[in-house]
Amino acid sequence: MVTMLEMEAKTSAPAGSTPVIELRGLSKVFRGHLGIGSTTGVDGLDLSVYRGEIFGLLGPNGAGKTTTLKLMLGLLRPDRGEVGLLGGTPRDPSARARIGYLPENPYFYDYLTAEEFLDFYGRLHGMPADERRKRVRSTLKRVGLAGREDTPLRKCSKGMTQRVGLAQAIQHDPELVILDEPMSGLDPIGRREIRNIILSLREAGKTVFFSSHILQDVEMICDRVAFLERGRLHSVGQLSKMISETVRWVEVSIRGALPEALMDSCVNQDDDKSLIRVDRMDDLPDVLASLQETGAEILSVWTRRDTLEDLFVREMDRPAGSEEVNR
Amino acid sequence: MTTHAATVVAVPPSRTVIVAIALNTFREAIRDRVLYLLLVFAMLLIGASRMMSMITVGNEEKLVKDMGLAAISVIGVLTAVFVGVSLVFKEIERRTVYTLLANPVRRWQFVVGKFVGLLVVLGMNLLLMSSGLIAIVLFRGESPWMLLPAVLMIFVELSIVTAFALLFSSLTNPMLAAVWTFASYVTGHLSWSLLLLKERMPEGGLGRPLCQFIYWILPNLDRLDIKAEVVNGTALPVDFIPLSVLYGFSYAAVILLLACAVFERKDFN
Repeated sequence: MVTMLEMEAKTSAPAGSTPVIELRGLSKVFRGHLGIGSTTGVDGLDLSVYRGEIFGLLGPNGAGKTTTLKLMLGLLRPDRGEVGLLGGTPRDPSARARIGYLPENPYFYDYLTAEEFLDFYGRLHGMPADERRKRVRSTLKRVGLAGREDTPLRKCSKGMTQRVGLAQAIQHDPELVILDEPMSGLDPIGRREIRNIILSLREAGKTVFFSSHILQDVEMICDRVAFLERGRLHSVGQLSKMISETVRWVEVSIRGALPEALMDSCVNQDDDKSLIRVDRMDDLPDVLASLQETGAEILSVWTRRDTLEDLFVREMDRPAGSEEVNR
Repeated sequence: MTTHAATVVAVPPSRTVIVAIALNTFREAIRDRVLYLLLVFAMLLIGASRMMSMITVGNEEKLVKDMGLAAISVIGVLTAVFVGVSLVFKEIERRTVYTLLANPVRRWQFVVGKFVGLLVVLGMNLLLMSSGLIAIVLFRGESPWMLLPAVLMIFVELSIVTAFALLFSSLTNPMLAAVWTFASYVTGHLSWSLLLLKERMPEGGLGRPLCQFIYWILPNLDRLDIKAEVVNGTALPVDFIPLSVLYGFSYAAVILLLACAVFERKDFN
């Protein structure tokens, strides 16, 4: 695992940058009631996240994503290993003053209005009253809740609660934003808005670390991703290198007679239209040539690249550490 | 381990954080219907003392004060136990404490903020309930001001009960925490019986020092109960009230320290 990380650090870390988050040998075991039985939360986790990147933490349910986030925030104490956070540790309030955090499925004080809630968190950062007022308004506007200052949180939908939670995480202009399933409960428009906010945070030089089950969102915005499985780091690397450059197969859609040699490659036929799957890019010129010979009309040629979902499924199927991370 | 160079970010002073959490706790409590139910119940009890005095022969004045102070004390303790236990438990159960502690909030500041906020709520409750009792006593043409030392001592007692509620709710579920807090209140009022037990223990054994030790450990809430003295007009030594107040607040501070230590080591699974 160390070798993988060293390789990753050499190939994907921004030159000269120092990690904003650094996890070294992080382990956490949850003991059962009266010490009977135990469950591994995370096991020997090594991970570095650098300034200005959007980092996605992926893994199936129970992989240890939320445990990792809690260890990073000091909500859990590690059994072994250490967490470096913005030059300090999670126990250090001056490090926590520079982060923003949104938990999974957040539930906030339902007796407060959105404005009172954000004002409370502004107080915790020592903001003066007039600054709090300004920030509350501007942050609510930023998360698409302008004019909803007086809405009681108990009357907020799940999506609205998620937005208020995000507002809480970013209103003090943190350097590092940690989000646990930030797209959860949002409709497509809400998801796009949150994605845009995350991208704008990166543009402003902030670092965003988030876990998500919604792989499309991760694929759209993450610079690097890490896969966790049963508490262990499975692989980590630059998303662009991991998925975009690999053409898995090519689909050729044609109208007209299908050459005999391509019968086995036909995956779908509808009237005079056929869909041919070409598994190797090297075979594509020959396929196109034989189609031209038979006089078939080529309607489209579509390269099918890996999606994050393909990569996710494949990574979860192979043993950890069996493959280089940056292909 | 080297992470990104630390930028100097001013961490807000403890006072600011504690006041913010206390204010939020106060808001939560005063927007909770349970509090108002308890207050209405207290007012009914205080009002009932007036009714009882009307159908009682003799000592009407004592009955009003006795029942009134008892109602204030009981409702105050119930509020401290149930609101105190639920406030911390709700923060943990609903995971609001996660976002709170991800901010520049030290864990002890959270516990102290909750304690201060709850004491303000209890103080306001006492003020309202006492005002009701004082109004009744004034209505009867009597002087109510000697009730105030008893109300002050009830407040000191409530500070101890609140500290226990915070300690136990940091340790266990709300049901057990409420039972343990209430048990601390009851044993605190019966701690004098340990001295009686000690006298019955054989000399030279472990029993006597053990009884004495437990007596010192348990809160001496009986010392803070001067309702009977106030109602009967019994004179107390001049330094009794200041010393009792000092003892009570010191005891609450020690329990609060313990609660902070427990909370400091807590894992939020």
